[in-house]
Amino acid sequence: MTATLTRGAERIQAAFEQANAQGRAAFIPFMTAGYPTAGAFPAVADALLEHADLLEVGIPYSDPLGDGPTIQRASEQALAGGTSTRRTLALVKELRARHDKPIAVMTYVNPIYAVGPREFMRLAADAGVDGLILPDLPPDQDIEIADLAAEYGLAVTFLIAPTSTPERVRLVAEACTGFLYAVSVTGVTGAREGSALGEVPAMLALAREYARVPVAVGFGVKDAATAAQVAQVADGVVVGSAFINAIREGQDVGALAAEIARGCQR
Amino acid sequence: MSLNLPSYPQPDGRGRYGRFGGRYVPETLIPALDELERAYHAAKADPEFLNELDRLFKDFVGRPSPLYFAARLTEHAGGAKIYLKREDFNYTGAHKINNCLAQALLAKRMGKRRVIAETGAGQHGVASATAAALLGLDCIVYMGAEDIRRQAMNVFRMKLLGAEVREVTSGTSTLKDATNEAIRDWVTNVRDTFYILGSVVGPHPYPAMVRDFQSVIGEEVKVQLQALEGREAPDAIVACVGGGSNAIGIFAPYAYLPGDQRPRLIGTEAAGEGVESGKHAASVAGGRIGVLHGSMMYLLNDDEGQIVPPHSISAGLDYPGIGPEHCHYSETGVAEYVPVTDAQALEALQLLTRLEGIIPALESAHAVYHAVGLARELGPEGIIVVNLSGRGDKDVAEVMRLLEMERDEGLLDKDVERVVGEVVA
Ligand SMILES: Cc1ncc(COP(=O)(O)O)c(C=O)c1O
Repeated sequence: MTATLTRGAERIQAAFEQANAQGRAAFIPFMTAGYPTAGAFPAVADALLEHADLLEVGIPYSDPLGDGPTIQRASEQALAGGTSTRRTLALVKELRARHDKPIAVMTYVNPIYAVGPREFMRLAADAGVDGLILPDLPPDQDIEIADLAAEYGLAVTFLIAPTSTPERVRLVAEACTGFLYAVSVTGVTGAREGSALGEVPAMLALAREYARVPVAVGFGVKDAATAAQVAQVADGVVVGSAFINAIREGQDVGALAAEIARGCQR
Repeated sequence: MSLNLPSYPQPDGRGRYGRFGGRYVPETLIPALDELERAYHAAKADPEFLNELDRLFKDFVGRPSPLYFAARLTEHAGGAKIYLKREDFNYTGAHKINNCLAQALLAKRMGKRRVIAETGAGQHGVASATAAALLGLDCIVYMGAEDIRRQAMNVFRMKLLGAEVREVTSGTSTLKDATNEAIRDWVTNVRDTFYILGSVVGPHPYPAMVRDFQSVIGEEVKVQLQALEGREAPDAIVACVGGGSNAIGIFAPYAYLPGDQRPRLIGTEAAGEGVESGKHAASVAGGRIGVLHGSMMYLLNDDEGQIVPPHSISAGLDYPGIGPEHCHYSETGVAEYVPVTDAQALEALQLLTRLEGIIPALESAHAVYHAVGLARELGPEGIIVVNLSGRGDKDVAEVMRLLEMERDEGLLDKDVERVVGEVVA
């Protein structure tokens, strides 16, 4: 891998650096594009972006096998409302017109292949996407996607898990260009009871040996208290299902985001 | 003949068949897939494992399954001789038991006490529950709500066998969603759980492992045909394709022969109401390359990558993809894949039942239909082997419902109409 950073990687890393310089872990909210409706999504994203260091936008997918029931149902609802791949990128483009904070798109690989890897990267770059998060693409599966992403200025984020062996941690960490995503639990996405830390400290120690990018932790972080736990050890905190649950229950997403963002302070 | 699990030149070291296959799964599972691959390779070379599997194949499944000359079907077709490889004779009613027993035995060897499975028609679920009962393992089966409705008897059998059946209501509530749910369970419980995958799909090493376990079908045909006809290879082999495990089981032992020695290998895909109608499960004829359940394959998905719900009269073929090795066979011309519609399968089911006294599974009926036409094409010198993947007991209620519908629309011939009239009060 080359030493020069892509535009997206630079912007993402700068966001982490700024947060960490201010004594915070970067706050990375996730939201499924087109949820709860295509019309209501921009306002939700605005509210999240106000408190975020980096926004993660999910492309709704029919078969999200790394996700728990909350995000899965949000995807179904967004798809039923007509949002999928191209529409998501158009929604990001709209956000980009109003916001300068980095935005990463979370997508399963099939939408990338269906649109065509090069066309997908072109559309994503044109929309102002900074990075891709790829939950079902171990980095040794398809080098082409990472190379194409780099060609179009996008950062790529792969995931490690508590089950990852040291060799896998190394392989994944070295492949990440924006940030490395450490999954806190052996499991799928979703807000959980109990500590969000789980096996995180040991995994992070290993990851930091190899990663040249910041390391964020996600899966199971649901409120300010769990975010605070994670913020003690990670460079960034990802929170997803909790916001979807909040929307479903009619709560104020902006207020929850503000609260969790405060929790990210060290 | 003692059991020998074959070694084939595909996949490559990365689990690829040409550009198909691979491991597109959450990173959490990669170490488990590596562990499975190592354990499988060790088991494959271990006489103790092979002897135990051989014993179970013989005494529990009832192998070898007969290779039966279908004289009346042959006469009806008016061409090549048609043989039926009778996987419907297997205990629990289909080829699925071969793979389930082998994987459950592997699970036990790996020290995993909890097994999970997905099922569409219920045959794989019943086979998994059976193997778990036999080997003393806890078993959870994921099944779509729609399939639970269609296959109530198999649901009851699984429960009777001690398995827990978990209803899946996400997505289209069918096999693909049950598979997603099984994978989610595996991601969550990967350290103590073995996933018994039901077909030649999923991430590497599953397609290769399931193929090897099902290859017993084709290996037996070689021996049986030699005894019956003095040659190992027929002119053509026909098998239905859902994910493709019964087809690969009978194809693979022939697929790597040189082209001039290789029989024509033909997979019948479920064309539902016709490939043009959009309501089908024909992934080669009506799909495009994509990724589902961890592997790259031909897939029913739209131009933005969303999976298109499949449709078939038979729950076992109702899957939006087809195993990566079949995709590679198709692309390189080793095998052909032809669509067969719901109506044609229903017709073939009745034909085989009346001519031979064999009620095939609706899945297998797809293969029977194509074989009849092919027999005419090949002529009397030819020999065709049809893989009769399973028996139709599980389908009779559904068949009765469909025939009633046809009767009400005045579509049945007089003989069948009379039978339906007698059976239906
Ligand atoms: C009798 C029978 N045949 C065929 C199939 C299709 O599976 P495969 O394509 O893996 O053989 C099934 C699946 O449930 C089945 O029950």
